[in-house]
Amino acid sequence: MAWVNDIIQGILTGGLYALFACGLSLMFGVMKVVNLAHGDLAVIGGYIAVGVITVTHIPVLWSVVIVVPLMALLGYVLQRTVIQASLDRSILTTLLVTFGLSVVIENGLLQFVNADSHSLGVGNAIITSSFSIGSQITIAYLLLLIFVVAVVVLLGLQYFLSVSKYGRLIRAVADDKEAAQLSGVDYRHVFGIAAAIAFGTVALAGIAYGMYSQFSPTTGTDTILLFAFAAVVIGGLGSLWGTLLGGVVLGVAQEIGAQINASDQLLAGYIVFLAVLAFRPQGLTTRRAQS
Amino acid sequence: MSVATETTARSVEKYRVTRSRRNVAWTGLGALVVVVVLALFPYIVYSGTTSIMVQAFIVLTLASMWNLLAGYAGLVSVGQQAFVGLGAYFVLILNIHSISMFTALPVAAVGCGVAALPMWWLVSRLRTGYFAIATWVLATTVLLIIEKFPSIGGGTGMSLPHTPNNGTALLEADTYWIGLAVTVLSLVTVYLLLRGRLGLVLTAIRDDEVAARSSGARVGLARMLVFVVAAIGCGAAGALLAISQLIVQPSAVFSVQWTAVMAFAVIIGGLGTIEGPILGTIVYIILQQTLASYNAWYLIILGLVAMVVALFARRGLWGLVDDHLHIRLFPVGYWLWAPGSGGRRLRGVSPRRGGRHS
Repeated sequence: MAWVNDIIQGILTGGLYALFACGLSLMFGVMKVVNLAHGDLAVIGGYIAVGVITVTHIPVLWSVVIVVPLMALLGYVLQRTVIQASLDRSILTTLLVTFGLSVVIENGLLQFVNADSHSLGVGNAIITSSFSIGSQITIAYLLLLIFVVAVVVLLGLQYFLSVSKYGRLIRAVADDKEAAQLSGVDYRHVFGIAAAIAFGTVALAGIAYGMYSQFSPTTGTDTILLFAFAAVVIGGLGSLWGTLLGGVVLGVAQEIGAQINASDQLLAGYIVFLAVLAFRPQGLTTRRAQS
Repeated sequence: MSVATETTARSVEKYRVTRSRRNVAWTGLGALVVVVVLALFPYIVYSGTTSIMVQAFIVLTLASMWNLLAGYAGLVSVGQQAFVGLGAYFVLILNIHSISMFTALPVAAVGCGVAALPMWWLVSRLRTGYFAIATWVLATTVLLIIEKFPSIGGGTGMSLPHTPNNGTALLEADTYWIGLAVTVLSLVTVYLLLRGRLGLVLTAIRDDEVAARSSGARVGLARMLVFVVAAIGCGAAGALLAISQLIVQPSAVFSVQWTAVMAFAVIIGGLGTIEGPILGTIVYIILQQTLASYNAWYLIILGLVAMVVALFARRGLWGLVDDHLHIRLFPVGYWLWAPGSGGRRLRGVSPRRGGRHS
């Protein structure tokens, strides 16, 4: 029964990892930008939430209403300025610039905030309580909530991209931005919108992680970015549902690793990632991989 | 004389192709003088200065390797700390088995080159940004595996057990000379590689990968070679780090900060020029020494400067020097001289490197 519990915990944690990966996947799919500052931006979302809650004393979950739009705005502005400017030069420049951004954010947080860990919603009943099924399986409401949010976000994105006007525009510029431009679409604005959506999910990921665990300035790279990336690669590049599957596989691998030896949690996840890279580089969901 | 004969006479006079616009004999001589002067440093400066110089040697070796990867092969690796760490740990392991740490350095470097082969097999499946993060994951995985062995210090690390006990002054001087040797060897290797066939293949890939492939350039092999050479160089730098600190701590040697440092030094100095990393390292060391008491500030400033340089002055500081003076200390491109142009340049075909895509 302990194994069943591990697998259930792993699947639910996979939802969190899929949420991490959503924005990374979207930005790569539309702009062909791999944002190396992805995780650090999620951590910024977490810090903004801490700030908002300290100042206004609103309940943790309500901080989403403020932080997500703020991060979306930041995403639009960053995309229209720094990221677009580097895209205009080369793919290589986008990597150099986003890596620079990542290091600047991480060290900036260390310098201006501090290296202490923060978390969100300590003492909040919904966030800390759980329910049991039988004697072995205990499910935290929070993890279930995060999993549901992840599925809703993925469903919402899928629906938005396939049905809405902006979704159509985003798919058009992702396919061929010059042709879209010729048809009268300002692709830079559409990129901005896509980045805003991606950053909105990044903010959700940051807040969710803050409630799930503790975060510090270094969480952005050593946890969020790497897990997000592992989920994307395991699932298969460019597939939203693959990302969820990737997150789940990573989550389950980590839980099983932790069961074998508490210190092997991270290693187990990365070994599964490397195995997928070695033997099934196109990811688990069969789609044409590579860019 | 008729116009026709004049044209014939001209065509007899050949176009000339040289490596550089100016004669490079003096730069070779200059480099030699610099190396000799640097070699004499332990006799003329305080030991504080030599230990800063050893740091500079580590950064310069790392930067010239990262430059080879990103500037010439288009491989942006964010996981080079894997080899810094492995190099340091190879020295530690050999030293535990009573092998002198100076003898261990070349072995460690070669060991990193061997370790790079399976890693390349894994990460070469991904491109650009995903390649970058994959190298990062790989570095983290190597760290997690090493931390599992308590005999080499586990998660906390350990000091080198067998250090020479013939005086601090001699140890520091030896470390300095080894550092100088590693750096000079790295720079010479990169220069010779780029001057040769590999440089030509890399330039072809950068300009048009499909065309290069269809002309028979072995693109995958060239990239793999670059990755392995960079692993050897970074491994040597990591070994030097272990020797200079006499202690190996996993979180320190496997820190992504190493990649940040090498990348920033290269970008600021000039990506895709051999001279760039040298200038970048000087800038880095000056900033780091002046702002050392302000914790992370030097990294914030370096990161911001690197972002601005990457966006607005893609060829970095050395690019500015080159634009105005046309100096190449390490010419790897070619310069075309028109017939009868005397000292005047007609067209420079010196490759302007700075990224594969434009």
